[in-house]
Amino acid sequence: MILRLAIGSLLARALTVGMTVLAIALSVALFLGVEKVRTGARASFADTISGTDLIVGARSGSVQLLLYSVFRIGNATNNVSWESYQDIAQRDEIDWIVPISLGDSHRQFRVMGTTQAFFEHYKYRGGRALEVAEGQGLNDLYDAVIGADVAATLGYAVGDPIVVSHGLASFTDHDDQPFRVAGIVAKTGTPVDRTVIVSLEAITAIHVDWQSGAKQSGATTPVEVIRGMDLTPDAITAALIGTKSRLQIFGLQRWINEYREEPLLAILPGVALQELWQIVGVAETALIGVSAMVVVTALLGLVAMIFSSLNERRREMAIWRAMGARPAVILGLLVLEAMLMAAAGALLGVALLYGGLAVLRPLIDAGFGIWLPIDWPSTREALVLAIVIGAAALASLLPALRAYRLSLADGMMVRI
Amino acid sequence: MTPALALTDVEFAWPGRGGFSLSCPLFRVAPGESVLLLGASGSGKSTLLSLVCGIAAADSGRVQVGATDLGTLSAGARDRFRAEHIGVIFQQFNLLPYARVSDNILLPLRFAPARRKRAGDALAEAGRLCAALNLPEGVLNQPAGRLSVGQQQRVAVARALIGQPPLIVADEPTSALDAKTQDSFLGLLFDQAAAAGSALLMVSHDARLGARFDRVVELSDIVSTQRAAA
Repeated sequence: MILRLAIGSLLARALTVGMTVLAIALSVALFLGVEKVRTGARASFADTISGTDLIVGARSGSVQLLLYSVFRIGNATNNVSWESYQDIAQRDEIDWIVPISLGDSHRQFRVMGTTQAFFEHYKYRGGRALEVAEGQGLNDLYDAVIGADVAATLGYAVGDPIVVSHGLASFTDHDDQPFRVAGIVAKTGTPVDRTVIVSLEAITAIHVDWQSGAKQSGATTPVEVIRGMDLTPDAITAALIGTKSRLQIFGLQRWINEYREEPLLAILPGVALQELWQIVGVAETALIGVSAMVVVTALLGLVAMIFSSLNERRREMAIWRAMGARPAVILGLLVLEAMLMAAAGALLGVALLYGGLAVLRPLIDAGFGIWLPIDWPSTREALVLAIVIGAAALASLLPALRAYRLSLADGMMVRI
Repeated sequence: MTPALALTDVEFAWPGRGGFSLSCPLFRVAPGESVLLLGASGSGKSTLLSLVCGIAAADSGRVQVGATDLGTLSAGARDRFRAEHIGVIFQQFNLLPYARVSDNILLPLRFAPARRKRAGDALAEAGRLCAALNLPEGVLNQPAGRLSVGQQQRVAVARALIGQPPLIVADEPTSALDAKTQDSFLGLLFDQAAAAGSALLMVSHDARLGARFDRVVELSDIVSTQRAAA
């Protein structure tokens, strides 16, 4: 009955209570949302590459190499010469090696030149291989295999022509050598979804008439001639390596890092990812801190709201006292109301979060390549909710103790 | 026979400076008796009622309700005792407006297990009291805030009487009612208090109400008050 009365009392003050609950709900949704995005981003990143022992690129930072080679974020500062690549490829430790060549784009998507081996050896989410859902892999020089998001966003089907642009966000097209969509890769939740994959030779082919990043004036080389040319590239952007034995990884890494002909860098994807988290960790902590402060602010609002209601509720308290309620009951009643409001706020916050996730998830995926899972709230989230409710109870002790003293002093007679 | 209420040599002062103090050498209410205490505001009636209801404890002397000396009880025990043995009716704003009438009537039973047992089927008893007090049918499920002032006061009577507490304390319960409603309200209150066998102690400034009571007492005759110099 006391619970029913407490709920009745809250409903009678629906407007102020509603605003307070909404504030708590928004803060909880924000806090859990930040947490969700954080873990979602980590999981997404960690799931992006697996089974690759080393990534090789021109010497720069390991995080930078990881970002541009795997996540298509940022750009390579330098290339790896084909000779160096050959030297590495001939090492005994190498089980497989996949060259990748980046730098061009199609609309907002990046174009990656690679070999058929990419489809065999690139693994994601604990060893899953890419699957060409429609069409086939790369057979012809001007074949392109596109990621699921590329197909969905641009409405491409197998057989459609596509034109690669030079560089990123540029206005110069390689329109003299159009490609054909040969296949579409099934959705992976990795940057592959947003990549146009062509053969390494094709990258060379479309740059036949280019030098130092600019198209040379004069006649363009006909496609028939290009097909007859040696299209071995001069350089690649990076290479993914699988070793025969995990024990050889560090030895090979050291050999590559000490390679004398060219400054190269070999990284272990997992280690580089850890480094990335260390950098991002500061921002994450700051975000969590800020969203926690928002929760605290909402709880302060709750306390302020209870405080301001005390005076107009002295009559009500007097009735409770006259009916035989001890001052402790008054105290308990106020704490109960605070907990009810916090619980309602927490539940509404979770609802807001999942509602928001359901709506925003495709947008976040398209924009950032982070696929946020919609699962049952984790124990960690449940713990957060419990802490919010507990903190509300604790904070409400302040006004509740004041009500306790007021009701002791007032008794049944309110002298206002 | 044990009186329903007995104050003997009571001395009391509100704590704090400039406090109001009160002494009451002797005042008794017999079981089932109805007594009207007449006093203007500031005459110490609120203080007296606080002592009778056990909200405040006498500094010396005895406040007995039935056979129990409230002075021997702790504050918490006095609260519980009040719930068990005393029905309280205020001037107005008696009810929790957001709660249903039934919850309002049953509220004191929540803190008084013995009284709850006496009430038997509490909800049926609440319904019976409402009917006896001429409240409309179906009133139990209405929010108390929707009722007229007169109806609210009658609900307060039902709440005070449920479980037949030996003492009903009423603090100017008719002052918010017009003359005609006052009369019918008092009639119902007297009938039901008599039916429950409860003694009735009513405080008012209105001497015209006196006719119905067994006894009319001027507050100034039993109580002397003093306001300490600030």
